[in-house]
Amino acid sequence: MHKALLAVGAAMLLAAGPVSAQQKSVKIGFVSTFSGPAAAIGNDMRNSFELALDHLGRKMGGLPVEVIYEDDGLKPEVGKQKTEKLVESDKVDFVAGYIWSNVVYASYKPIVDAKTFLIIANAGETRLAGANCSPFIFSTSWTNDQNPHAVADYMNQKGVKSVYLIGPNYAAGKENLAGFKEAYKGKVLGEDYTTWPSQLDFSAELAKAKAAKAEAVYMFYPGAAGVQFLNQYAQAGLKGSIPLYTTFSIDSLSLPRQKDGAVGVISALQWAADLPNDANKKFVGDFKKKFGTEPSFYGAQSYDAANLIASAVAGVKGNLSDKAAVRKALEKADFKSVRGDFKFGSNHYPTQNFYMQQVVKEGDTYTQKTIATAEKNVPNPHAAQCSMK
Amino acid sequence: MTLFIEQCLNGLQFGLLLFLLAAGLTLVFGIMDLVNLAHGSLYMLGAYFAATFAVMTGSFVLAAVLAVAATLVIGMAVELIVMRRLYGRDHLDHVLGTFGLILFFDETVRLIWGPGGRSLPVPSWLNQSIEIIPGFQYSAYRLAIIVVSLVVALFLYVLVVRTRTGMLIRAGASNREMVGALGVNIKLLYTLVFGLGAALAGLAGLMQAPILTVQIGMGENILILAFVITVIGGIGSIRGAMVAALLVGFIDTLGRAYLPELLADVLGRSAASAAAPALSSMLIYILMAVILIVKPQGLFPAAGAK
Amino acid sequence: MSGTLSPRNAVTAALVLALVLLPLYVAATGDRFMLTLFTRIVILALAAVSLNLILGYGSMMSFGHAAYLGIGGYTVSILAFEGVPSGFIQWPAALAVSALFALVVGALSLRTRGVYFIMITLAFAQMVYYLASGMARYGGDDGLSLDSRSQFAGLLDLSNKAVFYYVCLALLLGSIFLVWRLTKSRFGLVLQGTRSNETRMRAIGFPTFRYQLAAFVIAGTMGGLAGALIANHTEFVSPAMMFWTRSGDLIVMVVLGGMGTLFGPVYGALALLFLEQFLPGLISASVRPFNPAGADKAGEYWQIVLGPLLLVVVIFARGGIDGLLQALSRRTDRTAGAGHD
Repeated sequence: MHKALLAVGAAMLLAAGPVSAQQKSVKIGFVSTFSGPAAAIGNDMRNSFELALDHLGRKMGGLPVEVIYEDDGLKPEVGKQKTEKLVESDKVDFVAGYIWSNVVYASYKPIVDAKTFLIIANAGETRLAGANCSPFIFSTSWTNDQNPHAVADYMNQKGVKSVYLIGPNYAAGKENLAGFKEAYKGKVLGEDYTTWPSQLDFSAELAKAKAAKAEAVYMFYPGAAGVQFLNQYAQAGLKGSIPLYTTFSIDSLSLPRQKDGAVGVISALQWAADLPNDANKKFVGDFKKKFGTEPSFYGAQSYDAANLIASAVAGVKGNLSDKAAVRKALEKADFKSVRGDFKFGSNHYPTQNFYMQQVVKEGDTYTQKTIATAEKNVPNPHAAQCSMK
Repeated sequence: MTLFIEQCLNGLQFGLLLFLLAAGLTLVFGIMDLVNLAHGSLYMLGAYFAATFAVMTGSFVLAAVLAVAATLVIGMAVELIVMRRLYGRDHLDHVLGTFGLILFFDETVRLIWGPGGRSLPVPSWLNQSIEIIPGFQYSAYRLAIIVVSLVVALFLYVLVVRTRTGMLIRAGASNREMVGALGVNIKLLYTLVFGLGAALAGLAGLMQAPILTVQIGMGENILILAFVITVIGGIGSIRGAMVAALLVGFIDTLGRAYLPELLADVLGRSAASAAAPALSSMLIYILMAVILIVKPQGLFPAAGAK
Repeated sequence: MSGTLSPRNAVTAALVLALVLLPLYVAATGDRFMLTLFTRIVILALAAVSLNLILGYGSMMSFGHAAYLGIGGYTVSILAFEGVPSGFIQWPAALAVSALFALVVGALSLRTRGVYFIMITLAFAQMVYYLASGMARYGGDDGLSLDSRSQFAGLLDLSNKAVFYYVCLALLLGSIFLVWRLTKSRFGLVLQGTRSNETRMRAIGFPTFRYQLAAFVIAGTMGGLAGALIANHTEFVSPAMMFWTRSGDLIVMVVLGGMGTLFGPVYGALALLFLEQFLPGLISASVRPFNPAGADKAGEYWQIVLGPLLLVVVIFARGGIDGLLQALSRRTDRTAGAGHD
């Protein structure tokens, strides 16, 4: 029995990844979450990545592109296992994707050790931008503390004097709230961390927030938890009486389920669907045409990641074995980003603007409107800790 | 003070919801001696059905009734097709077989409803807060959950204590062979009891759905809590399930609310906020271990149970 | 095990040989991922072998065995984090801590019977799970990364994948040997006798509680060893490795392979991880001729096949894979009538 299994396994592995001596194609591994509650995010990233490839004519620097999608199931050790498969078995040239900070932190070592390039399309783990940065790691997103920093700046400008913080008890949650506290000048009346991802009932925390009588509440709950939070915020009678600020909790994926609960909520992002540049218009327009929904920021970052890789492959004329040249080409970031001008700081994280967005209801649809630019041309705050060995 | 009352109401609401889930589990456990890990899947199905029916009918109450009926049917079908073959087997077989059912249900739901999950909006007449006592507001929807759960609990009590079916159920929990010897159609009784348990789980799932969202795997976390309640209360005992469910509901909610402050003095603020959620979750399992060590058959062991 | 070359023994021999020769295959093909995959299989097989000692031979239905893997893994990782990289300290510490935990859990849990035993072992595992997610210093829910594998003063270089694989394989075979010796000894006979009739064993005068507790502690210690290996393999530990569904996975391995048999847990681990790794591809391949566009997506639904498969094994093939092999052996070799146990 096991012999048959072995034979099947071996045959499939061989069929999956013949090793080519010459560069005949560009191989990209894409790790994201395609199963479980967060699968909607992974699908959006995959759709955007595929759309970018369509726009590129499915070729990079004249070479055909092959993408292998792997599901991390939202588990760090599964993500690491899939990453190892991509690097060791499929021998990909680039690994892209990653939604979750804890998954990317568990997975980055085998990629960097194999001198493969990692293009992070979402996860904002701060250590990879600072002390653990690497010449092989690039990001088309941000670090977890940047967007909340922008929200806090905006609240300072608006003169909001006190706030209550609620977030999930994992790396991204703690870094997110820490980023907020660093910039916020008013009074933090309380902060609660909830068990992630199992705790979905926020009644105890919301009751405390209400009793604290803060001027505003700031929260961070990505994915389905954000829907639950907004539902419960309304049911606890807080909506309408205490303004809610957030980051990463409202996007085009969750908005159709959040509906009225999200109206009026303000958040900060480096990208918005209504940014008036040509690349963005093309991305948003074609995405709607092809998939019938609005793209999310996860998608926008994945779209940029595909174009960043394409620009580097073209820059070295398809010679991907010269790692130093590929790295230089990536650092140039010679592509049209959907967020407008795009350039990397010394730690390979973008220097960018942050826009404030508010949810509005137009007829029967709910969208996010850009209402202000909170911060302009902000370099990544962790570049100083990055020695780039 | 109002904060404390609000937290107590939250604990009560969560405890009653857990009771609905645990009641079905403890009946199936006590009467058929069956460990059913897939009980959480029925909870999930109830929520999915309600979300779908709500879109189709436009009425929350109608959707809830239809969803409970649908989980009842699914529950009886599962009993007829699968569970029936597992009676009299080792508990290990139950654990493994129903573990397989969890995988099956999770993936089937993903196939039918997609991975993104659903939302079940609260009807507008419940989506507000009510002033219960002057100066104290509480969510109307959570209040509704409390009322519905209490009514269902009362119904269960009457069913089990006052009716002939209830007598058979109680008899089944303490002496299975005897009920069979009485000439009762034991197979039918088993199917009905399993269906009832499924319907209760479905009801719990759909009532929880507007507070949480409807998603795959939503049953797995809460299932273990329901098992804990079943075991603390004593297998087969409805009364025990009620006491244990309230105990667990209060510990969970009040622990989350007050432990961070209590720990902050000892550990410092940031360490306390990280440790508190973990500790309040641990408290429930510590409670269970202590109860089992002192009373190895739970608080209210069903008479004659092995 | 009978001495004859029955199909069952032949398959076992071929399996061990294949496991020993695997690094040669990897060296020849350059497919280093096979080594990564099989290291994981071997370690989980070790964990399943340890669970089988109490579950299969002792009939103690522990639903919290993943806790020992977590404790072993966390002990190694925490020591490494605190600046103790030596495996000579890390590994014995991992064994000692998991043995101690097993002693406490066993002493308390063995007072209960049946389903209460299942639930109380589960409760203890959940406590450790939440304890780990509450330790902010060691990463909380996110888990803890290992900067380097355990160091053995230059005697063993675990960062070499083939060396690490052979260490794991040697420990697996050693554990199987230990279980074999134990089950053949008086200790093992009492343990198995307790399984079939505890009252009788106690009436004859055996202190069954002490025998069961000893088996529980041995199994927990072996589980801790598997945990130390996992931490070294993935260079990462997190509370998720102790969640109750992981304990469920281990039970699945033991039952799928064949409870209370020497090599059953190894078959089970192999089968489950192969299914996990290759079932999606198999489903995609079989859907492709009918629906090329949906083939990749279909593969993502592999658990829809795995779930009913488990049910079928439970209902129709109680002996698991080893049971099938035994049936095969009996058919080819009726006259020998070798007594399997």
